[in-house]
Amino acid sequence: MSQGSLLLKMELRSNPETLCVVRNALGELAQTLGFPEAECRAVVLAVDEALTNIIRHAYQGRTEQPIEASFRRIRVARDGAQKPALEIVLEDRGATVDREKLCGRKLEDVRPGGLGLHFIRESMDKVEFRRRWGRNQLRMVKLLHAAETRKEP
Amino acid sequence: MLQIAARHLEKITVFDVSGDIDLASSPELRKALLRELRELRMPRVVLNLKDVHYIDSSGVASLVEGLKASRDVGSRLVLFGLNSAVREVLQLSKLVKIFEITDSEEQAVAP
Repeated sequence: MSQGSLLLKMELRSNPETLCVVRNALGELAQTLGFPEAECRAVVLAVDEALTNIIRHAYQGRTEQPIEASFRRIRVARDGAQKPALEIVLEDRGATVDREKLCGRKLEDVRPGGLGLHFIRESMDKVEFRRRWGRNQLRMVKLLHAAETRKEP
Repeated sequence: MLQIAARHLEKITVFDVSGDIDLASSPELRKALLRELRELRMPRVVLNLKDVHYIDSSGVASLVEGLKASRDVGSRLVLFGLNSAVREVLQLSKLVKIFEITDSEEQAVAP
């Protein structure tokens, strides 16, 4: 179970129309935490791609299925010190994720599709999948390099 | 909300696109591109992305489909007006080099 300060929790439905709402809320949160502009965009992209994968693969396009998103401020051991970070956990009750479908593709292949997981991995510092209690759980962590001197919200 | 407005110049279609290109809206962009390229066989299709502030992998996939369609029919797909958010995603995809990207509309529609 994740520890740390809960910043935001969202109970969503697997509807692509809600993605823009999540992007807007997360963009504001990342900015408030002190992420530089480009890193705000990276975090938003990673979460948007992860939700897209849940809608397309775990729920196979079915709308109105539950997705829980929680956002916490945590501390991560890095380089001998405890660094502040944003932890994002997404949970769904869809089908077991087929790792082969999510493994991405060679970037030199010029064809549509297969970029989502690549975007997530490039955008975040840590990405972990697991299946437990009938749920898929995706945990992503982004270090708050530029926010260390800021007051915690 | 994605909005796509078409302008028709001589043998060129310019799409002025505004809004976010994501899972919800990318099918609309894909449909517009493929209609212009595959069905109408326009020699050049230009995408004005100046007012697009977000694009995800499904949006990039739609652009790639458009590019492939343009190659299939021997036409050109040209992008211009990319802001930093869109450019970053294309660079992250490593596909930025395969697209014809110009700095301005004048360059995009130049003979």
